[in-house]
Amino acid sequence: MTSTTRRSDSEWRAALADITPAMVAGIPFAALCGALAIAKGLSPAEVFAMSLIVFAGGAQFAAIEIWSSPVPVSALVVSTLLINTRHILMGVSLRPKLHALSPAQRVLGCFTLADENWAVAERRATVRVISPTYFLVMGVVFWANWVAWSLVGALLGPVLGDPKRLGADFAFTAIFIALIVSLGTGARSVGVVVASALTAALVRALIGSPWHVLSGALAGIVAAAILHRHTPDAR
Amino acid sequence: MRLEGTTVLAIVLMGLATYLTRIAGLFIADRVRLKGRARAAFDAIPVSVLVAVIAPTLLTSSLAESLAGAVTILSAFRLPLLGTVTVGVTAVVLLRLAFG
Repeated sequence: MTSTTRRSDSEWRAALADITPAMVAGIPFAALCGALAIAKGLSPAEVFAMSLIVFAGGAQFAAIEIWSSPVPVSALVVSTLLINTRHILMGVSLRPKLHALSPAQRVLGCFTLADENWAVAERRATVRVISPTYFLVMGVVFWANWVAWSLVGALLGPVLGDPKRLGADFAFTAIFIALIVSLGTGARSVGVVVASALTAALVRALIGSPWHVLSGALAGIVAAAILHRHTPDAR
Repeated sequence: MRLEGTTVLAIVLMGLATYLTRIAGLFIADRVRLKGRARAAFDAIPVSVLVAVIAPTLLTSSLAESLAGAVTILSAFRLPLLGTVTVGVTAVVLLRLAFG
């Protein structure tokens, strides 16, 4: 019989291997986030605290964008809540796949829930049961990576330059494309992808960020429900 | 080390709001059991959310991004994750040079 230690070793390794591309892609974003925050007048300690406590790239960029003096506390909180609404959908989807975790592990572990580690977990769930070790290790290293590199960005600031120059901003998009392809294949997925993509692009152009995420996601979900009716023998 | 009061308050409240969105789904899912069409809709959540996040970049930002996106999608069907990212980033750098 394989020892529990050896099994948890391989879960560790799988978690690190699966999250590494997202961590590397996250470096320029985190550094840019820190550098921008410094330019807006936050201190390195405040940047560190924000990345540690909030740990949500999109929401942090938006917050830094609207940051001013005096600090617009309620606008910051509303913007953060709105941008992060997608986490609710992510949690709903992931919950049944986290049955190997205790309630406490789920509630604590989901502190580190973000787009990338969530998508990696969803993909893992298609091939294997998500173990507590896998989920927690992946989340914590991804979180630590964000905190560390945003602090580096805050300290080095303008020295780093524009991440667009090296195409680093596109790494995030490419990772998402790869994860979408590995999650959804088949005719019905195409309908879901088209509905979500067109709605998101349209809403982003007409109404603006962050509304495109929620409306695009809802359009994809509705498309899935409609397409299901036309294929009643499918599950 | 400078930590200003209102800034810290804003950060803590932003953190609480974010954590709330992270765990709300767990409790909602605990209370619902889905079948049939609702189940199909539920299963579409991951792909729908991921697509909605990146679609504007691919469809409306610039020709370089759109073409690089197409190249990335094609390679995602053939290559592992890291290979796809390498192809995508290389494509966007070259296409941005080509189209300015």
